[in-house]
Amino acid sequence: MSARAHILAKLTASHDQPGWPAPVALKTNPPRTINAADQLAQLKTMMAAAHTEIHEVSSENWPEKVAELTQAKNLNNLLIAPKTALGKQLQAQWPVDGVTLKYDLHHSGGKEELFFSVDAALTSCRSAIAETGSLVLWPSPAEPRLMSLVPPVHFVLLDAHNIYPSLTEVMQAENWAAAMPSNALLISGPSKTADIQQTLAYGAHGPKELVLLIMV
Amino acid sequence: MKTEILHNFTSRSRAATADEAQRGKFRSAMDFLIAKRAAQFPDPTEWAELRESGQQIRQRALAYLPKLLVQFEQKAQQNGMTVHWAETPLEANQIIHGILQRQQVRTLIKGKSMVSEEIELNQYLQAHSIQALESDMGEFIVQMADEKPSHIIMPAIHKSKQEIAALFAAEIDDTPYTEDVDELIQIGRQALRQQFFNADAGLSGVNFAIAETGTLCLVENEGNGRLSTSCPRVHIAITGIEKMLENLADLPTLLTLLTRSATGQPITTYVNLISGPRRADEQDGPEEVHIVLLDNGRSQAYADVQLRQTLQCIRCGACMNHCPVYTRIGGHAYGTTYPGPIGSIISPHLLGLAETRDLPSASTLCGACGDVCPVKIPIPELLLRLRVENVTRAGTKDHPAVMRGQGAKYRLSEKLAWQAWSLLNTTPALYLASRRSAAGLRHLIPSVKAWTQARVMPKIAPQSLHELIKAHQEQKS
Repeated sequence: MSARAHILAKLTASHDQPGWPAPVALKTNPPRTINAADQLAQLKTMMAAAHTEIHEVSSENWPEKVAELTQAKNLNNLLIAPKTALGKQLQAQWPVDGVTLKYDLHHSGGKEELFFSVDAALTSCRSAIAETGSLVLWPSPAEPRLMSLVPPVHFVLLDAHNIYPSLTEVMQAENWAAAMPSNALLISGPSKTADIQQTLAYGAHGPKELVLLIMV
Repeated sequence: MKTEILHNFTSRSRAATADEAQRGKFRSAMDFLIAKRAAQFPDPTEWAELRESGQQIRQRALAYLPKLLVQFEQKAQQNGMTVHWAETPLEANQIIHGILQRQQVRTLIKGKSMVSEEIELNQYLQAHSIQALESDMGEFIVQMADEKPSHIIMPAIHKSKQEIAALFAAEIDDTPYTEDVDELIQIGRQALRQQFFNADAGLSGVNFAIAETGTLCLVENEGNGRLSTSCPRVHIAITGIEKMLENLADLPTLLTLLTRSATGQPITTYVNLISGPRRADEQDGPEEVHIVLLDNGRSQAYADVQLRQTLQCIRCGACMNHCPVYTRIGGHAYGTTYPGPIGSIISPHLLGLAETRDLPSASTLCGACGDVCPVKIPIPELLLRLRVENVTRAGTKDHPAVMRGQGAKYRLSEKLAWQAWSLLNTTPALYLASRRSAAGLRHLIPSVKAWTQARVMPKIAPQSLHELIKAHQEQKS
């Protein structure tokens, strides 16, 4: 008998034993009623507490802000996703020359460049969760998953209209269960660890800095 | 301390309690984690409601476990993942080794996985000339020191920064001695970055597997879990069969219970939901995703309605953080992959009660573990049940043989002593007769040496309570 058949046979033989509580339907919590302004405030509080740098921007001026921050942080380059809407807007409005890189892992040396030469990347995010201060990212062919992970600085652009009170609500509103991507992510700050004597240190393996630009 | 030098729980825990420096490290680490967790559950009503929900979700998933495993397998396959089943650690190791061989992988980069510790994957692969490299900072430190994790959430909790500084200076090329934690983490980051870049395969554990969508959920703070599962061309995930959830909608409740109970965080930095390998047009992500579903004694726990509650565990580690025994002896003294209260109730199923006979007694039964369990596992009750299983021979009436190694602590002399004690106390004539030779009875009681180490052996009074009352009443009248 295969391991599969054997395991399932053992479980099935005992799974209807008397005495085990019958499956129950879980009561769902009523939707929370925090208003949009409170959600934004909550998100900012939670994310700041998790060491995220936050800037409020507008849908017009954010490329300027990214350029300003790139210079202020002495970043040599910035990886962008050229085919996305934000990639296009950034390229159209980028005020300085020579600092943007376009993501192409297929081109030879692309991965090496990503690991050892890229200073920062800019990605979009799908939505955000006020309760825990989390950003929801669904990497895509145009905006691959390593962009938000490998470079030491991660810039994220969030539209304030896409903030939800909780994970439950964002999953319901966006109907996640219907079609999950190959990789969905919640990001709630820069990479960190407290594995050495419970001392918190940032930049363990992922980005050392998370910079959130909120379009309000 | 190498655990294999000392051969049993009693001698290991004696050595651990004699190590004052280590006790200090555990005390301060546990105090830190206890305070962080408490701050995350300020409202007792919310806590009560949340853990009630957590318990219900886990019990519902377990009630449907065979169905959910099949559903998960089907969905995962539809998503392009390969599902493997293993009854024993050896089978799991062989499956993983087979995948790596087919892919001609020489180096495996690992995210944190306690199940891989359970099956001793690193040792198995090393014997087959494949290097498995731990990438979680705590696991990286522990592996470098040639030790095992001493805590399921914070593997290197037993080490001071001075010890880690010395270890890094000695083991990592061109590394000066530094006690600066930020610098130490950056040294670890640099050491592992090239490995992430080079690795052909990555391995991870699984926090929750969602049957509805065929999704693996992984929580972590460092990003090493994401790198191990996103960067190499092969991703292998290993999980116990009990980690199933019925629906995606069950996830938020358990996620909040897990991260708040474990490290006192409202959420971890990264929550990774993996539902398949990279799709045709995607530029990164693994080309293959394999999932190994491991039984290793879990179906034994499942077979008994009371013991089945053990499988509700979401591996937050809160029970060990609050356990007065764990805090004093540390994780290595248990000699098992999962230490502390949860280890004492899960390890007998994984290894058999004969091998783990002392663990159900490694508890004061103070109840702290049960009180903090986010999914309401009645750990003290289960410890008592295992103590009964320890002294009950398999096949005895009212005790069906459910536990491997049942009756490990059964002793005929003890059984007879208690039978005699019972008879004595329920037969007045015998009781009266025995009272006069009470001193002799002491010999029937099994050794009480351990008990009297910290207590005075009571002396039998010259007059019994009955006699005293009788004398008192006679005096009054």
